[in-house]
Amino acid sequence: QEVDLEERLHELDLRSDSDIPDVPPPTDSTPEILKRALSGLSARWKNWWIRGILSLAMISGFFLIIYLGSFMLMLLVLSIQVKCYHEIITIGYRVYHSYDLPWFRSLSWYFLLCVNYFFYGETVADYFATFVQRREQLQFLIRYHRFISFALYLTGFCMFVLSLVKKHYRLQFYMFAWTHVTLLITVTQSHLVIQNLFEGMIWFLVPISSVICNDITAYIFGFFFGRTPLIKLSPKKTWEGFIGGFFSTVIFGFIVSIHRILIEPKNDFVTECEPSELFQMKKYSVPPLLQAVVGWETVNMYPFQMHSFALSTFASLIGPFGGFFASGFKRAFKIKDFADTIPGHGGIMDRFDCQYLMATFVHVYITSFIRGPNPSKLLKQLLILQPEQQLSVYKTLKSHLVEKGILQPSLRG
Amino acid sequence: TLPRYFLLCVNYFFYGETVTDYFFTLVQREEPLRILSKYHRFISFALYLTGFCMFVLSLVKKHYRLQFYMFGWTHVTLLIVVTQSHLIIHNLFEGMIWFIVPISCVICNDIMAYMFGFFFGRTPLIKLSPKKTWEGFIGGFFSTVLFGLLLSYVMSGYRCFTCPVEFNNDTNSFTVDCEPSELFQLQEYNIPVVLQSVVGWKTMRMYPFQIHSIALSTFASLIGPFGGFFASGFKRAFKIKDFANTIPGHGGIMDRFDCQYLMATFVNVYIASFIRGPNPSKLIQQFLTLRPDQQLHIFNTLKAHLVDRGVLGSLEDA
Repeated sequence: QEVDLEERLHELDLRSDSDIPDVPPPTDSTPEILKRALSGLSARWKNWWIRGILSLAMISGFFLIIYLGSFMLMLLVLSIQVKCYHEIITIGYRVYHSYDLPWFRSLSWYFLLCVNYFFYGETVADYFATFVQRREQLQFLIRYHRFISFALYLTGFCMFVLSLVKKHYRLQFYMFAWTHVTLLITVTQSHLVIQNLFEGMIWFLVPISSVICNDITAYIFGFFFGRTPLIKLSPKKTWEGFIGGFFSTVIFGFIVSIHRILIEPKNDFVTECEPSELFQMKKYSVPPLLQAVVGWETVNMYPFQMHSFALSTFASLIGPFGGFFASGFKRAFKIKDFADTIPGHGGIMDRFDCQYLMATFVHVYITSFIRGPNPSKLLKQLLILQPEQQLSVYKTLKSHLVEKGILQPSLRG
Repeated sequence: TLPRYFLLCVNYFFYGETVTDYFFTLVQREEPLRILSKYHRFISFALYLTGFCMFVLSLVKKHYRLQFYMFGWTHVTLLIVVTQSHLIIHNLFEGMIWFIVPISCVICNDIMAYMFGFFFGRTPLIKLSPKKTWEGFIGGFFSTVLFGLLLSYVMSGYRCFTCPVEFNNDTNSFTVDCEPSELFQLQEYNIPVVLQSVVGWKTMRMYPFQIHSIALSTFASLIGPFGGFFASGFKRAFKIKDFANTIPGHGGIMDRFDCQYLMATFVNVYIASFIRGPNPSKLIQQFLTLRPDQQLHIFNTLKAHLVDRGVLGSLEDA
């Protein structure tokens, strides 16, 4: 059946990659000031300088927003998500010449709105819990949140079906699928990033900075020592860059973890923010192998640094696959960059392509190895149960707590 | 084979979640199962990532676009087919009736709309499917609601249909036995004055579930067909007459099930929103992974709540 499908696709329009129209050369969006300052240099160095300056600008901007607080960070994540979505959808339009399809732009934005509504309702409602408790209408929206989101989505679905126009069926279905896959990639993961943020700023900052560090150090190592090409997809990447980037990122992760002990998990039951065990110094015995090298027998570290090791390893070894995926995508659709938003770098998506896998990984890592579920959410669900169910749950919990010695059996609790 | 690998991964993920919820005690007993279930998400994610990396490594120079299309196609298909088949299984666990009534309503709507269209059809419904008519659509709607009411009435009386499917740890088998919930106990309803003259009764004995069945059959007849139109559009877009030739006279399996998918999701969302709350055993499971101080806090809040409602005597050690 697979071969059939491939043949069918070949028949229809995918005879070769050369069918895609070439994208017009990107407009130069570098500011005039920079252009004048660098007018004396050759093209290669000019590009290098532009990239460098913009990188610094982005990193400083990032620090500024961190300083402004988590709410601003959430807004930042949201705007990045919307921009990435917009970039990918625009590419789809260009590829399929579908500027004139009725309703399609509005439908894509509508679906973006629906999915964001769903996710924000699930996660951010907790964040605004006290605000919400006071308003009657908001209570209703929360209780039936899933149903409302589903109804909104269905409306979009039915509008899509009604908008199908005779000669453009295939295009419309392509765009529909394109929209959904893009939503899956950009929106889901931006919400995972926000959930990681709620776990504690450190779970947001360390992964993102590890990916950025890996990008930069792999580039630097590749620039100075690069010789063996890594993968055909991205001819500029080299093994030297890859391995150098890996080691630097791991070290970077260790260092950053020490300095960034800014943990304030939101919605934590513990009102006074006592650093959890993860962030309390412990003595670790250095494995005999390294003892000879380092000269110490034990070392004082934060347990979190162990986790940062896992995070940086992922960032340097698997994160780049996100970049390769994006490179393959750009070659497939014959574009040099996702967009022209950032001079010297391309679009927002170009900067964030490696971050996506990272966000999902961190989220899965946290839920598997670090924390359990969110206690206030659990309590909320317990209170919705039927009384008989609540009673049986109560009995089970009680026997468990007594067994573990957390609750004294003779005490009234 | 990459699409098949992804299919395996997604199924592994969903089955693992379901098994963990419903076979909780069994899973806790067996050591390898316990580890698999504790780190289930991580394992599933690792499996998926492997497939993702294989995809990236398999990209071949002149076929990038085709490969990306297949990748996208695979994911969208997985989203539609696999997610919804698991929602159907969830509905099944809620009680056979939540599985049988929705599916039969969709089938009934298919058949009745066809018959009404055959005998009375005149005004075409939508350009996508020229054979559908408004007469068929409306006739199908009323017949399906009626059919739903009748079927629910018959099934609500039997425990094997209305009870949630549970795994009995002692006998190691599925049991369907319980106290019927309020939904499945006959109640007196006042007939609105308007209908009293027509029907001649003042009150009627019905199961509350039958009211829900009206919602289900309405969805099956009004929105379900959009799933069919979507499939018709898809077939026209890709110039195929049927999805496959598996069933003579009907086409492929997908041809018969295109309307069911929206229905499955709807029933699942409906149940989660209006019928039952969350799954108690899942909550207990989550509770056990919390820290002791968090556990104590939740326990005390729950206790206070139960005492408040009078469900628990204030000084009883229930």
